[in-house]
Amino acid sequence: MPDPPAKPKVALYWCASCGGCEEAVVDLAEGVLSVLNAVDIVFWPVAMDFKRRDVEALADGAIRAALLNGAIRTSEQEEMARLLRRKSQVVVAFGACAQLGGVPSLANQFDREQILDYIYAQSPTVVNDQGARPVSAYREGDRVATLPEFWRTTRALDQVIEVDYYVPGCPPTPKLLGQALATLLSDELPPKGTVLAPDTALCEECPRKDSKPEDLSVKTFKRPHLTPMDAALCFLAQGIVCMGPATRSGCEGLCIQGAMPCTGCFGPTSRVRDQGAKALSALASSVEGKEDREIESALAGIPDPVGTFYRYGLAKSLLRGKVGHLCSDRPESIKTGSMESRL
Amino acid sequence: MSEAREPRIVGFFCSWCTYTAADLAGVSRMKYAPNIRVIRVMCSGRIDPQFVLKAFACGADGVLIGGCHPGDCHYIEGNYKCLRRFRLLTRLLRDLGIEEGRCRLEWISAAEGDKVRTVVNDMAARLRALGPLDAPGRFRDWGKDLEELEHAMAGEGPGESSRAIEPARNE
Ligand code: SF4
Ligand code: FES
Repeated sequence: MPDPPAKPKVALYWCASCGGCEEAVVDLAEGVLSVLNAVDIVFWPVAMDFKRRDVEALADGAIRAALLNGAIRTSEQEEMARLLRRKSQVVVAFGACAQLGGVPSLANQFDREQILDYIYAQSPTVVNDQGARPVSAYREGDRVATLPEFWRTTRALDQVIEVDYYVPGCPPTPKLLGQALATLLSDELPPKGTVLAPDTALCEECPRKDSKPEDLSVKTFKRPHLTPMDAALCFLAQGIVCMGPATRSGCEGLCIQGAMPCTGCFGPTSRVRDQGAKALSALASSVEGKEDREIESALAGIPDPVGTFYRYGLAKSLLRGKVGHLCSDRPESIKTGSMESRL
Repeated sequence: MSEAREPRIVGFFCSWCTYTAADLAGVSRMKYAPNIRVIRVMCSGRIDPQFVLKAFACGADGVLIGGCHPGDCHYIEGNYKCLRRFRLLTRLLRDLGIEEGRCRLEWISAAEGDKVRTVVNDMAARLRALGPLDAPGRFRDWGKDLEELEHAMAGEGPGESSRAIEPARNE
């Protein structure tokens, strides 16, 4: 009897991420069984015992689809991304970190040195009397232990390798994952570069959409944890920052249903290059005042524009992080505790 | 790097006022700093903050926004929208390491050719004092990691089918 036709091979890998994207796979619940029936998982370090050499042993292009989550911060992550690129027909940036840099790319507000200094010296919970720092190679006797390099910046996946498709979300919903897998295993692949989610703004599918004023006019922005919130009214109508107008739909308003405003994890629609700038534009222009002072006091409710507007996408924003001289290369900015005050 | 490089300013000028004023400065043969490249827009309210970020990402040292005086916008409210965006954008830029003087908003009416001259001269002088912003240089610096790894990997294994994206790429 001839062998049954081989199932398409699928690989899953994580880079700089929190593990939530892996959770999304598990959240397929019993749906995961039909996935396991349809595909042959050849690499999934979180759940199954495979090693890098197992991937290396495969022929180039042998994997039908590799789903990578997480941003790229270390040499190891980059090497793995390149290896999986070579072995796979299709690479999917899975989740906000792989697609846009995600929360880890907020680290682009700091220099590598600043980060290492904070983690190994300044942080209040650190005890490090010897001032030990990670080194990439450490020799003891005739053995050498190595660590990956910590890159100068955090990158989205497509800033390192070619990416075919994107699945947005922090994390993507099981529904989107299921749809993405079905698409990837079908014979008709969408055009390269497609984000596998609807291409409209979240407001379109928001349960509070009907109360969104056509001509928004905000007296002052209020912070969600400092203000009582109406359970049914559009957040912007209440003066609470909501990223809905500048964020792609597809989550079905999960946060809104949980009584929290959108923070933007699905990234921009295809018509927007820089999600943060777009959100800033939409929100700021809806402020009521005409004088500097009125405007400033209305905008005071947005104390951290980078953290608010680029929470999931600093790496893929136009400037990719802190670029200017006000930065960082100067050690005194660490000593004055500027990092601590931001944490 | 290039300490002597002259600052590059990108101007976004409203067609109804500041752009016309720059024209006026031209026909009046006023001389002003040649550091500015002007892009004409129909109203300062049309200036998307993305334009400003993109200018800096592409190597501008400063961005000058010119609009009609408050109350004079051809589209009634456009310049107020511009002002509100500008206030928040200034703060965003500061947090991204870009000094306040690098992005400037001025109301300049069609009759104020002389103000175009003063503002552009002043801005060029301030930017000279601040020195180059050089965002592309920063992107190149970040990109060195990838080059290093590529060199390290070039010694071993087969050629990479993957392609390192140019670090300065910002479509
Ligand atoms: S702004 Fe937020 S709350 Fe209002 S309709 Fe859009 S997504 Fe819903
Ligand atoms: S028309 Fe000049 S600013 Fe609106």
